[in-house]
Amino acid sequence: MAGSSIMENLFQRTLEDLIKGMRLQLIGESTFISKATEEIRREIKSTDHHTKSTALLKLCYLSAVHGVDMSWACFHVVEVMSSSRFAQKRIGYHAASQSFHDDTPVLLLITNQLRKDLSSANHFEVSLALECLSRIATPDLARDLTPELFNLLSTARVFVRKKAIAVVLRLFDKYPDAVRVCFKRLVENLESSDPQVVTAVIGVFCELAAKDPRSYLPLAPEFYRILVDSKNNWILIKVLKVFAKLAPLEPRLGKRIVEPVCEHMRRSGAKSLVFECVRTVLTSLSGYESAVKLAVEKVRELVDDQDPNLRYLALHVLSVAVPEHLWAVLENKEAVIKSLSDEDSNIKIESLRLLMAMVSESHLADISRVLLNYALKSDPEFCNEILGSILTTCGRNVYEIVDDFDWYVSLLGEMATIPNCQKGEEIETQLVDIGMRVRDARMQLVQVGRDLLIDPALLGNVHLHRILCAAAWVAGEYVEVASNPFELMDALLQPRTSLLPPSIRAVYINAAFKILIFCLDCYLLQNEGTASLDSGNLAGGQSELFSVKNDTEAAELATCEGSKYEQDAGFNPRNTTESFDDLSAENGIERVATHDQTITPTFVEKKNFMHESIVNLLNRIELIFGPLIANQDVDVLERAQNMLSLVLLIKGENDNSFQDVDKKDTRVSAIIKLMRDAFTMELGPVSTSAQGRVAVPDGLVLKENLGDLHAICGDIELPSSSSFSTAGPHLTATSDASSSNPLINEESGALNESTSLIEHRKRHGLYYLPSEKSEIVTDEYPPANDPKSNSNINDEASELVKLTEQSLLLKKRTNQTKPRPVVVKLDDGDVAPISVQRPEPRGDSLSGAIKDVLLGSETGPSMSQSNPYDKSSRKQKEKKKLGTNVQSEMKENVVDAEKPDSENPNSSGKNHGHTRERRHRGKEKIVEGEEHDQRGKKKSGHRHSRRKTHQRAKSPLNVVSQTPEIPDFLL
Amino acid sequence: MGIRFVLMVNKQGQTRLAQYYEYLTLDERRALEGEIVRKCLARNEQQCSFVEHRNYKIVYRRYASLFFLVGVDDDENELAILEFIHLLVETMDRHFGNVCELDIMFHLEKAHFMLEEMVMNGCIVETSKSNILTPIQLMDKTS
Repeated sequence: MAGSSIMENLFQRTLEDLIKGMRLQLIGESTFISKATEEIRREIKSTDHHTKSTALLKLCYLSAVHGVDMSWACFHVVEVMSSSRFAQKRIGYHAASQSFHDDTPVLLLITNQLRKDLSSANHFEVSLALECLSRIATPDLARDLTPELFNLLSTARVFVRKKAIAVVLRLFDKYPDAVRVCFKRLVENLESSDPQVVTAVIGVFCELAAKDPRSYLPLAPEFYRILVDSKNNWILIKVLKVFAKLAPLEPRLGKRIVEPVCEHMRRSGAKSLVFECVRTVLTSLSGYESAVKLAVEKVRELVDDQDPNLRYLALHVLSVAVPEHLWAVLENKEAVIKSLSDEDSNIKIESLRLLMAMVSESHLADISRVLLNYALKSDPEFCNEILGSILTTCGRNVYEIVDDFDWYVSLLGEMATIPNCQKGEEIETQLVDIGMRVRDARMQLVQVGRDLLIDPALLGNVHLHRILCAAAWVAGEYVEVASNPFELMDALLQPRTSLLPPSIRAVYINAAFKILIFCLDCYLLQNEGTASLDSGNLAGGQSELFSVKNDTEAAELATCEGSKYEQDAGFNPRNTTESFDDLSAENGIERVATHDQTITPTFVEKKNFMHESIVNLLNRIELIFGPLIANQDVDVLERAQNMLSLVLLIKGENDNSFQDVDKKDTRVSAIIKLMRDAFTMELGPVSTSAQGRVAVPDGLVLKENLGDLHAICGDIELPSSSSFSTAGPHLTATSDASSSNPLINEESGALNESTSLIEHRKRHGLYYLPSEKSEIVTDEYPPANDPKSNSNINDEASELVKLTEQSLLLKKRTNQTKPRPVVVKLDDGDVAPISVQRPEPRGDSLSGAIKDVLLGSETGPSMSQSNPYDKSSRKQKEKKKLGTNVQSEMKENVVDAEKPDSENPNSSGKNHGHTRERRHRGKEKIVEGEEHDQRGKKKSGHRHSRRKTHQRAKSPLNVVSQTPEIPDFLL
Repeated sequence: MGIRFVLMVNKQGQTRLAQYYEYLTLDERRALEGEIVRKCLARNEQQCSFVEHRNYKIVYRRYASLFFLVGVDDDENELAILEFIHLLVETMDRHFGNVCELDIMFHLEKAHFMLEEMVMNGCIVETSKSNILTPIQLMDKTS
């Protein structure tokens, strides 16, 4: 056996051989690696320590550089770690810190090894163990090794102490109760004169303060001393970070530190430190005018620097200043705008963010215009970045900063036609959303939609399909404000629509359906209105197709028919009531009324709906949709079928129109009206909480847990929430006229309207948008305000500078052409609520513990013990370990529980709680001591000294606890 | 945790050293390295050394054929990290004498050791070159 291990040792490949072999790569890398891994698997089982550790070293290399799995070797790692030779031990520790994690099964085995090495006299061994612990410490390890770390925190060997300090961070993170033991020593290290120690400890406090700054306010004097005294830039940067967190919490602190910070800013030659000062001032000391001025001055130096790094950082830090010091950005605006054409995309994006941050109502249009021109000439990625930021900025908070929706809608249309545009979904969402929310914008919306739909070139662009989908929906939904419905129809029926995916095609067909209904309805109405031609005209027109009569004849015939059945118009309503239910009839009447209001100016007067155009339309539809009933997609198929049936119905009805025209015709018009009614119900934005308002019907059992759903349809992928979902219920409603749809509409609409409006709606069954805009719906909109659209791109930058200057100085443009239209906004849940989640529930227990230690509050222990993890695992362990001690601990818990939780450590009555506090602390100390008694069996020597230090450490802290506010000297 | 990981990657995109201060599985590491390498190596000299990636900020610097990439938290001081990278390079330079990619390949454990001296638990704990190198020199002598 011994012989074989020597042989192994002799013939084993070293790491160097391995790397050389890898570089030669005669057999290909992956084969080489798998061969080497096989070799390692063999060697690592060797009894010879050297062979084993070399094998492990090779494995580590392969794992780190080539991503080879080494979790199978964890037991060998533990073996090598326990080697007595330092070189081997080091390999073991390195492997452990590289490959172990919380779920590694062998972690339980290394506690003793770590403990042994942490107490070793060789400080290199200690440092190995500390390094390893800082990477792999679990709550169990942290708890078990806290006493050792506590000792190391005050060791005279700086080399070890600084590492122990760094480990404390992980220790607190995993085992918050360690704070009670170690925190005072950690604080003591702040006063150390050794820069290495201070570097480490300030690093730890910087991280701790980032999570919960308030707990560290009492340490402000120590930090202040470091800020003033230290000459080390690393330390100063960290301490500035700490103050950046603390200063907003305590105004007096800001007053105190602003001078030293400015001093560093003026004096230091290190860019990193100056930059940190600038950042601290702009984030946390923004109330101090002179400091901010100085900081902005420094930023100006950076922003024009040759070094792209400094330019980037300057822009970055400026964006911090935007909310409070817009002037700081304005002073640097040339540089910001110049950066839009920087070579570096990161800098470009940063300046774009900055630009969008300073945008306001007054100059939104101008900035957007310039940005759009930039977008046209930049690379696709940045182009979409620009478009995205315009969309989010304008869409923020339900189009808060958009005043002129006509402009915005045309801007959206323009964006869509930019060749590189990939923001289809966002634009789609906004188009539909604006349609539903802003009634005044609809006319422009339909116009923009028309322009998009009518361009056959756009149909080939995959990224635009979603936008076209929205345009089609808008065209169908708001056809009553369209200037020319026939044109829309042509656009929707053009042959190239076959390029669209079926889902969007279905939207197209449905839009066409709505437009057809609208046209027919208008046609009928128009005739009713004149009451001379009546529907006979249609009949005549239709019959003309079949019985080749000429136009005049038909007209004549129609007239006579019309006069013959003149009185029929009067009976119409009754007829409908007979054949259909009351509600729809009522709606019908009402609809006619509104119809006249809104539509009259645009179309009916124009007499657009000549019967031959209608006939043409019907024929074209029949022609185009004929082939579609063989379409593969069910949606397309079904809708095409609906459409065709309608067309046939209308035509067929007129086929034998001579017999009893009046009856048939009324049926047609009744059907058309009914359908039209189905579409007139306006869609509003749906509140995210709308579902919750629908009462659960009796007898419906809702399951809390949907776990078994997974079993049923686990393999079905849930559809990603389509942004077009608002159209969903509506579309289905057309086919089955489900009664739930109006209900939903009513729901959503009712959310924001005043009660009187709701009543009004109930009475008339209509959905109105609130107030004063009927007079705005006219044709005399100023053209989308952009004279500059064709301006020279080259001087855009200077132009933008001018614009921003102007508009920012003026603040409000005086020549506001028209008031901002009403935007429907729901009171609640307009946007999905952002779940504000506390990032770390664990942090509570940590900060609780720290407050407890720093301020002497008693709320801490109960809090930290309520941590479920602590409770379970710790209790279990301790039951085993401590046995009898459990009871006393329970008692402690009870005492803690008695204290009201609300007792705020900062404001807790200093006087009344004082004696109690003392008493309690004494008790706690005893318990602690007992614990140590039990735990540190063999370290009785340490215990005394530890207790002593405990007491020593506690005495100054009692002072702190009596004056939980920041001590006077700071103020 | 200020520093999340330190990577050294050659210009072909091969990882030469990877040190993580938070646990990631091998697959996560490989994916992360791939994304970062793709993002950073394509950038040129005129572009800045900071890249935002996922929730990290990556500060990188190129020395000859080797890229040093450090992933940090969002509020870390970027310039300080650049100085840290430079310090690391200088330290290796002092130890190996005109350090190159091969030195790091063949002495990976030493490079790791230096890094461990400088950074613990994501915090920079040592910034003096001689302090960093003393233990290594001692070990070299004894072995």
